[in-house]
Amino acid sequence: MTDRALVVVRAGALTTVQDRGRPGHAHLGVPRSGALDGPAAALVNRLVGNPPGAAVLETTLDGCALRPRTAVTVAVGGAPCPVAVDGGPAAWAAPVRVPAGALLEVGAPTSGVRSYVAVSGGIAVAPVLGSRSTDLLSGLGPPPLANGAALPLGRPGAPHARVDVAPQPAPPAELVLRFLPGPRDDWFTPEALRTFGTRAYTVSPAANRIGLRTLGPALERAVGGELPSEGMVSGAVQVPPDGRPVVFLADHPTTGGYPVIAVVHPADLPAAAQAPPGTPVRFVRGTERGGR
Amino acid sequence: MRALRVGAEALLVEVASGEQARALHAELLRRRAAGSLTVGEIVPAARTVLLDGLRDPARLAAELTAAEVPPAPPPPDAAVEIPVRYDGPDLADVAALWGVTEREAARVHAGTVFTVAFCGFAPGFGYLTGLPERYEVPRRATPRTAVPAGSVALAGPYTGVYPTASPGGWQVIGHTDAVLWDPARVPAALLSPGTRVRFVAVGAS
Repeated sequence: MTDRALVVVRAGALTTVQDRGRPGHAHLGVPRSGALDGPAAALVNRLVGNPPGAAVLETTLDGCALRPRTAVTVAVGGAPCPVAVDGGPAAWAAPVRVPAGALLEVGAPTSGVRSYVAVSGGIAVAPVLGSRSTDLLSGLGPPPLANGAALPLGRPGAPHARVDVAPQPAPPAELVLRFLPGPRDDWFTPEALRTFGTRAYTVSPAANRIGLRTLGPALERAVGGELPSEGMVSGAVQVPPDGRPVVFLADHPTTGGYPVIAVVHPADLPAAAQAPPGTPVRFVRGTERGGR
Repeated sequence: MRALRVGAEALLVEVASGEQARALHAELLRRRAAGSLTVGEIVPAARTVLLDGLRDPARLAAELTAAEVPPAPPPPDAAVEIPVRYDGPDLADVAALWGVTEREAARVHAGTVFTVAFCGFAPGFGYLTGLPERYEVPRRATPRTAVPAGSVALAGPYTGVYPTASPGGWQVIGHTDAVLWDPARVPAALLSPGTRVRFVAVGAS
């Protein structure tokens, strides 16, 4: 077996391999997938000298622990968390040298949900339709990490980045999501549209990579019945029969039959990926360019 | 035809019928191939075509609603043939809804030329149209928690084949050994929008 591998010592609650996903296959029913906090994934790749599309690890709420069989440079970013190498503290959001056989521990985040771990050379599992991302809706890509698994690593290409520490926005205490109404806002009562744009919601414990489910006032429909299936985009705010809005994230289904009341601006979705259950959510009407 | 805004980067173009959706989809594919349309995803569905990853959706919306969509080109002559054992657990119910024997229900289904109207639900799952309206059936009152891969099933106006095992509420009339979805194969999906399909009855193995 090759030495360029990463052994999973503690997989954590849900750690997946992610890159920039597999766009261009939605018409076949293939979700885009990819890192939920794309800017964080791109940044950790830069810190270890990987191209921005290299595959990284995305942890969920409690980190993971890894043992490389060969010396590597790693960077941990996204949700701020403690980082340790063989028990000694190491830097977060900075390149860290991990000797062959040493234990890299990525702790539970102090805020936010998803930390990203880039390893020099990238995670080199076999791509599926051009991407190494785990898609939890349709099961494409590698399975979530399991204890004892070994992940192949690619060969580092570029020299390491010169940046030593990169500032990253802290996950917000309140999630503000700018939206444009439609395409199916006319399926809702005027009261529901007002409620959506003014009342407070919170992130539901059922939020996942498919959608940011919310808890809060139910949105009442003006039109009953079922909508014929139609294409869905990331950021679409779908309203299922219980009336609580769900913001579609990377692993969302490509078509759906519940009406979409609004679409969240793409620039706000990385923050949505970092909002733990219970975080207050406000939907505010934005403009074409995203601003208010 | 209506073009609905879907956020800052997408449009949902809505038409009156499945046939018009097919024509619009064909025209949009033609424009993309000709280089006059730059778009990330073109996703046809029952009565709509979604265009995602657009630079200027407002301009395209105005342009599309002003233009005539040429009628859909005739479907390709070649049809994908899918061998089916008509032995599904819901075949008797479907035959009863149609008012025919099970044998006749299988004959009607295998005698129909289908077209993939659109895909969704799971990678490689096509929504096939072609059965006359009188053969529409409701979903099962209680969905099954596990429908095996290769199940050939009906719901509403559609026929579909489950590419992988999954929960499902469609009426299963038969099974096929055809591989609908294989990410290691090129193309991965046996069926894509616009593909013509014939089901060929085979005996139980």
